[in-house]
Amino acid sequence: MATRSKRLTGVVAVALTLALAWSFAWTVGAQAPPPRRPARIISLVPALTEMLFDMGAGPQVVGVSRYDTFPPPVRALPKVGGLLDPDYEAILRLRPDLVITYGSQAELERRLNAGGVTFYSYRHAGIAGILQTIGELGIATGHEPEARASSNRLQAQLDAVRLKVRGLNRPKTLLVFGRERGTLRQIYASAGAGFEHDILEIAGGASVFAAARRESVQPSIEMLLASAPEVIVELHGTGAPDAASIKSDHEVWGRLASVPAVRNGRIHILYGEHLAIPGPRLGATAEDVARAIHPEAFR
Amino acid sequence: MNVVATARSLPGYRPVRTRLLASLAGFGTLAAAVCLLAPLVGSTSISLARAFDPSIPFADNIDAQIFFIARLPRVTAAALVGGTLAAAGVVFQALLRNPLADPFTLGISAGASAGAMFAIVLGASVAMVPPVPVASLLGAALGALVVYRLATLRRAPLSTSVLLLAGVTLNSFFGASVMALQFVADFTQVARAARWLMGDLDVGSFGPIGSALLLVAPAFVLFAFLPSSLNVLSLGTDAAAARGVDVHRAQRTAFLGSALATAGAVSLAGPVGFVGIIVPHLVRLLVGGDHRVLLPASALAGAAFLVICDLVARTAFSVQLPVGIVTALIGGPFFLWLLVRKG
Repeated sequence: MATRSKRLTGVVAVALTLALAWSFAWTVGAQAPPPRRPARIISLVPALTEMLFDMGAGPQVVGVSRYDTFPPPVRALPKVGGLLDPDYEAILRLRPDLVITYGSQAELERRLNAGGVTFYSYRHAGIAGILQTIGELGIATGHEPEARASSNRLQAQLDAVRLKVRGLNRPKTLLVFGRERGTLRQIYASAGAGFEHDILEIAGGASVFAAARRESVQPSIEMLLASAPEVIVELHGTGAPDAASIKSDHEVWGRLASVPAVRNGRIHILYGEHLAIPGPRLGATAEDVARAIHPEAFR
Repeated sequence: MNVVATARSLPGYRPVRTRLLASLAGFGTLAAAVCLLAPLVGSTSISLARAFDPSIPFADNIDAQIFFIARLPRVTAAALVGGTLAAAGVVFQALLRNPLADPFTLGISAGASAGAMFAIVLGASVAMVPPVPVASLLGAALGALVVYRLATLRRAPLSTSVLLLAGVTLNSFFGASVMALQFVADFTQVARAARWLMGDLDVGSFGPIGSALLLVAPAFVLFAFLPSSLNVLSLGTDAAAARGVDVHRAQRTAFLGSALATAGAVSLAGPVGFVGIIVPHLVRLLVGGDHRVLLPASALAGAAFLVICDLVARTAFSVQLPVGIVTALIGGPFFLWLLVRKG
């Protein structure tokens, strides 16, 4: 009996020591003041990685997500998981002093908080939100003036596009950013909110699904026919495929013969990795979309 | 012979021909009415007079295009997939002698899902051939072949326990393949794969339906030879052999037919759940367990059921829900109500 109670006391003592050590470590981590200019940044959001490099904070970035491919230097950086599976151990191993997370990574943010690691949480929003994010990132990384310049650069590019199409009629446009290859199924189209909607507005088009106050809709064939877009712009966030696939991407829309865009040959399919990323290259995306909708403005 | 004589002497007994005709008339009328009425309703309102006006060229006639390109293929696909999955469900339940069996038990649908995921992640398209249906068909064929080969290794009649265990194992294997592919895929591909798994009937033309029919039509020809054998098979292989049934042949026909049916339906619409398990049980509650009546009645009821579910999916909410969600959302409570009422 005495041996048993001794053993129990031992277990409790070890547990208490561990708990104390853990809470001490936690307290120390949480109280450490965030450095003024973080030297070891990890970014788990490709759009924000691009923003960091654009404002000159690239040399401070020590790790990125599995989905980061731009600018080219990030390809050589250690990968620390993705949106759904951030690798907490790999993140800690890089000893970051600032981690850029996506707002849905609540568990990671809880752990970073417990570990006393500063993090910046982000969620995709419209273009105003993107410009604001660039500003906030500048403050968080000690690049405030460069961030302001980066934000102004993007704003100027968007304004230039807006100016080009000013006064032109705004055709009813279907902006597609997802579709099952070779069919008209599983279409994701821009609706009445979000950066794709803002890009379409800047590029001089009027979204056919603007009434839906959300970022995307999945229209049925019936909705596509009934919405009767005058222009269809399809964005592929990849490099251009072979000629046969490009031809097939165009031909598949030919089935909807009554749609004005189909009848008038106004199907524009754009390829490019920048098209899917709401970062500093949005100015280029806006220009690409505007050139498709209003080629006459760029002659 | 004795069994028939005993059955005939029961009060309320009706010969199978009468019951078959009655249920064909009942479920046939239901399916026909639903298929005729469903294309008249949609998320937008159209003028039928304009849709059928031959003086307007088709390319200029939005109402005709909505009717003939959006709605009619969609209703046809729903009827075909619903009827096929329900019939395959009946056959699988008899073949495996398990009331919980459905077209997705044996790994055929999981193979199709892995194939579809593969096509979505690799994303390559060969000219105008849509990669997802083709890849899902190849996956389904692979799943069916593996299960069949395993269950027939001993050249004896198909072992139902081997079939079931091989099916469950393949489901896990393909499930893990889907997860592995999703793990390396990007967000948009993961979202598209998840969407594919919810089922989709918005096929947009009769082309995909024609392709699926190449598999489904032979399946129904095989099904036509099955009902009497299934009646005896559901008593067990020994009992069936004792009654002079060529058990091996009946099992092969049943497996081949339902594998073809499942592969065709899943490659057309994705894995639309619930139809293959609930419709056979629902119809069994209404017409009894004789497969000579149950199989055709389930096919018709499955067609009507999925057309109705799809009608709800595309009209009842502000967003169009995937049909696979609606089948369980409205089919589940309805089945439970019927179960309690009949039970």
